[in-house]
Amino acid sequence: MSAEASVVEKETKEKKNPAEPFLSKRRKNIVTDPLTDDNPITIQVLGICSALAVTVKLEPTLVMSIAVVFVIVFANLIISLMRNLIPGRIRIIVQLAVVATLVTLVSEFLKAYSYDMYKVLGAYVGLIITNCIVMGRLEAFAMANKPYDSILDGLGSGFGYAWIILTVAFFRELFGSGSIFDFKIFEALGWITFPTNGLMVDSIGAFVVLGILIWIQRSKSGYVEH
Amino acid sequence: MQRSNIYILVFSTIMTVLIGGAMSLTSVLLKPAQDKQVELDTKKKILGAVMDISTFKTPEEVFRLYKNRVKSIVVDIKGEIISKDVKGNPLVAEKVNAQKNHKITRNERLYPVYMILNESDTNAVEAYVFPMFGLGLWDWISGYIALESDLNTVKGIAFDHKGETPGLGARITEKKVRNRYNNTKKIFNEAGDLKSITMIKGEGNPPESEHEVDGLSGATITAKGVNKMLREYLGCYQSFIKTKKGESEIAINLKN
Repeated sequence: MSAEASVVEKETKEKKNPAEPFLSKRRKNIVTDPLTDDNPITIQVLGICSALAVTVKLEPTLVMSIAVVFVIVFANLIISLMRNLIPGRIRIIVQLAVVATLVTLVSEFLKAYSYDMYKVLGAYVGLIITNCIVMGRLEAFAMANKPYDSILDGLGSGFGYAWIILTVAFFRELFGSGSIFDFKIFEALGWITFPTNGLMVDSIGAFVVLGILIWIQRSKSGYVEH
Repeated sequence: MQRSNIYILVFSTIMTVLIGGAMSLTSVLLKPAQDKQVELDTKKKILGAVMDISTFKTPEEVFRLYKNRVKSIVVDIKGEIISKDVKGNPLVAEKVNAQKNHKITRNERLYPVYMILNESDTNAVEAYVFPMFGLGLWDWISGYIALESDLNTVKGIAFDHKGETPGLGARITEKKVRNRYNNTKKIFNEAGDLKSITMIKGEGNPPESEHEVDGLSGATITAKGVNKMLREYLGCYQSFIKTKKGESEIAINLKN
């Protein structure tokens, strides 16, 4: 009787917790949702300040994207690993400390190995600390989920942020400086007198491009703010 | 999750120690690499004021060229060479921090001078490079002006800035703008008075005098900062420049 019961118990347990595939549908959604339907910039409108500030040229934007992806992924991982140890009352400070540590690491590494980028990005790398996307993911996801899922979530949000700012930077550099990754594209095509648009190198240009992107995406997804 | 106060205290202490340790460790480990980058950046700027170094691929090439071609000294406001700092340690021109230096009064500042030596004859000075520091619109700007061996004609200029607006004030680092300070520009007028070089307001102006260069449209305050910086620092170096000029004139007379 007791043996039977334990077998039944075992079966239900196994049925309850089948090993989730490495990339199940749910996990795929964790990564892909922030890319489009739940994009941190265009839908949640988070992390706008850095999206406006660093997107004048593609190269610094790329470095910034890598930095943000790195910080989100590792902050998510660390917080998720510690989630059962963190006292609720000081959890925001703990999250902030972890994020700040990672950001300082990025900044120090840039200073040591890519000094030119360090000079260009300067304060903005430090401002990743206050990037709402990072803190938002920690509070909303990593505090309540397992490490592996948190990494996926970090990757999703990080790349969701990255592709938007890279798109903005692409148009701003193309029209503002007439180049792509500092390669003078219009001169190479023989259009030497290409009139560069001063508005695009200004923050206003970023607002315009970002606004158009949000418009396109929301009209496609049908998302309306309530 | 509610936890006891003791738990919170212990938790935060451990965390602070761990994070603090990690931070100091990286800082110590990366310090040499960072110092090298800063040194490379300074040397690139000094050389960049005189010649085109964009073809240089490795830092070693820059360091080698710098070692062979640049001699540096530090002078005071009177143009006299200072070899030791207040504490008696030997002064290295490259180590003088332009920003900290700018904050003390003009009479007490240290003024580094970089002499670019001739490629074939390393006794002859081909150009003099003077570092400068000032304020732009948002934050500091700095620069290196290179003068020909006559200490009057401009050989080149290089600028750096912290936070000028990209596409507007930040254009001072562009080659196109820097090239306006070319060898037709002079810092002294014919009577020998220091005129400096002024960026005029507006852009696309008709040909300027030899003491003026075309301005930056949309970046008037940055341009004003550049002008003020040039005037101030050339003024501070004036004694040194005049002494050197006097020496070279005597040398030319002796040769004749």
